[in-house]
Amino acid sequence: MDEVLIGSVLASTLRVTTPLLLCALAGVVSERSGVIDLGLEGKMLFAAFAAAAAGSLGHSTGLGIMAAIMVACALSLLHGFACVTHRGDQVVSGVAINMVAAGLTVVLGIAWFQQGGQTPPVDASVRLTGLSSAYAEPGTGWFNAVIGHGLLSHNVLVYLAFALVAGVWFFLERTKPGLRLRAVGENPAMVDAAGVSVPALRYGALMINGLLCGLAGSYLVLAQNASFSPNMTAGRGFIALAAMIFGKWKPLPTMFACLLFGFLDALAIRLQGVSIPGIGEVPVQLIQALPYILTVVLLAGFIGQALAPKALGRPYVKER
Amino acid sequence: MSGQAISLPRWIDVGLLPLWNLMIAMLVAGAVVLAIGHSPLQALTVLLNGALGSVRGIGYTLYYTTTFIFTGLAVAVAIHGGLFNIGGEGQATVGGLGVALMALALGPLLPAPLLLPLLVLSAAVFGMLWAAIPAYLQAWRGSHIVITTIMFNFLAASLNAYLLVNWLRPKGGMSVESAEFAESARMPALHELAARFGIELPSSPLNLSLVLALLACVFVAWFLWKSRAGYALRSVGSAPRAAHYAGINPKLQVLIAMGLSGALAGMVGVNEISGVQGKLTLDFVAGAGFTGIAVSLMGRNHPVGIILASLLFGVLYQGGVEVSFELPGFSREMVVTAQGLIVLFAGAMATVSAPMFAKLYSKFANKKGA
Repeated sequence: MDEVLIGSVLASTLRVTTPLLLCALAGVVSERSGVIDLGLEGKMLFAAFAAAAAGSLGHSTGLGIMAAIMVACALSLLHGFACVTHRGDQVVSGVAINMVAAGLTVVLGIAWFQQGGQTPPVDASVRLTGLSSAYAEPGTGWFNAVIGHGLLSHNVLVYLAFALVAGVWFFLERTKPGLRLRAVGENPAMVDAAGVSVPALRYGALMINGLLCGLAGSYLVLAQNASFSPNMTAGRGFIALAAMIFGKWKPLPTMFACLLFGFLDALAIRLQGVSIPGIGEVPVQLIQALPYILTVVLLAGFIGQALAPKALGRPYVKER
Repeated sequence: MSGQAISLPRWIDVGLLPLWNLMIAMLVAGAVVLAIGHSPLQALTVLLNGALGSVRGIGYTLYYTTTFIFTGLAVAVAIHGGLFNIGGEGQATVGGLGVALMALALGPLLPAPLLLPLLVLSAAVFGMLWAAIPAYLQAWRGSHIVITTIMFNFLAASLNAYLLVNWLRPKGGMSVESAEFAESARMPALHELAARFGIELPSSPLNLSLVLALLACVFVAWFLWKSRAGYALRSVGSAPRAAHYAGINPKLQVLIAMGLSGALAGMVGVNEISGVQGKLTLDFVAGAGFTGIAVSLMGRNHPVGIILASLLFGVLYQGGVEVSFELPGFSREMVVTAQGLIVLFAGAMATVSAPMFAKLYSKFANKKGA
């Protein structure tokens, strides 16, 4: 029985971690280039809506993902136009994106589909299913339950998300554009002096950010829920933000933070009303609040130090 | 474009530019309305009629206005201290919790004239304490106020849910809300007061909290521009190094700015919990904390501007409900969209049009001079 429990907790941890991870990586890329991104939540929400609308009308997985990425990139461009080109306040712009996304997805959803803001579900053939169907249910035996159902039962986006951790790390730490992107988040004047365009780099970072947010939104619809419902992200974008800070703006630690928060989420569902010997019943709200508490404690410097990129949030003014 | 600051005359900077930005936001919102197959003009007519066309509608509009004045002032006070308080939502939630705990504990014991001031005080103190923790962490531990206050929004929602589900819900109650308060813990509604003087008013959630909100505006104006403490706060907000050099402790000012900000946000609890609900509920703030950001941006962080902007958003919220009743397939979330567009154009992109106005103005001024 134990191996079945471990296997299914592992599987659900990976499932809920995936959108967090994609979104948190999006945050890492944007913030390492010096652009604060509070709009993760809104971009993921709007991307999920786009994936659901395009996926259900076009009966195509590719179309859904494409639409999601395009919408998220468009919102990233808007953020860039306000904050990079016109040096507006990055926090305010992020808040605006979240509000517009929360409102407009419902307005369009009700106008287009007349289902109280929901979209029709995407076809079963459009949904992303596990790469191998052999382990869809936790079987018996340690291998079947933990390795099979726990690790090998997932869809392509789950594996892609974890592969992208390595991808983003390689890009940031081992490539020339990645080095420049990090430099522009620490000392934009230096990058400018070297003859590289600061806005171009920041726009580039925002495009990667849009791509990743688009994937996160697609996952919610194409792998998790089948249809869009109002405010379906339910604060996941902010948990991703917290995970990014918890991971100190680095891909690998961010992944561990996402796994921790995903595990807490998976655990919260299972611990509902369960009494733990010695502790008693743990309130679900406490487990759900743990990511936020941990992030606050980390930011306050009680467990290690979280140092943000130096030029984070500062618009770059080219000196004459 | 050169990096030099564009200097515009005050009437353009304070009057024309915000109105221009508001107009762009409204035009985009109108385009959205058009895109979903409705007439923007018809929607606007229904909206204005619903918000201002009847005494009852005006009552609802002013009730929304009350809440937005509190959250708008909260954002503004923090901004004058150089801080972006995005946690109005959480501070308002905890303020409502303060009202509820006081009302449930003392409601059966005290008469209204004694209890109501205590409720206001409790809302302010609870909101203040909830904002003081992120302020302390910012000033003494170096964590970023924006991130911490966001986290505290979620923590407030969790705390409220936990207390309601596990402690405050009456035994056997099905819905997640506290017991009803005693009558003495209810902020009197305006139509009830008017009835005492023999004036018949249709019932609306508008209550005496509006007076409290206007008093708060007067207090904030006096505090920021007439008091020594407010001067210290503003100097830290605009020039922290200079203020420090002049002997002002910036850390203390962070605490004062956020404390006052949290107290103002907490008073939303008086309007919503004591004034309207009469019991503690889940999610009663319903995004008003974020609307406060839009209100403060539109109102240029000044109490007079905040009253006007709160009225604008009051009209939008009340009118939006009416439009969603009248026009089939029209969602009241359109108001949230419009609010987001206002934050985008009047906040994040506030200076996009400034160069154009500068050019127009210099042309105009040159002509006059020649």
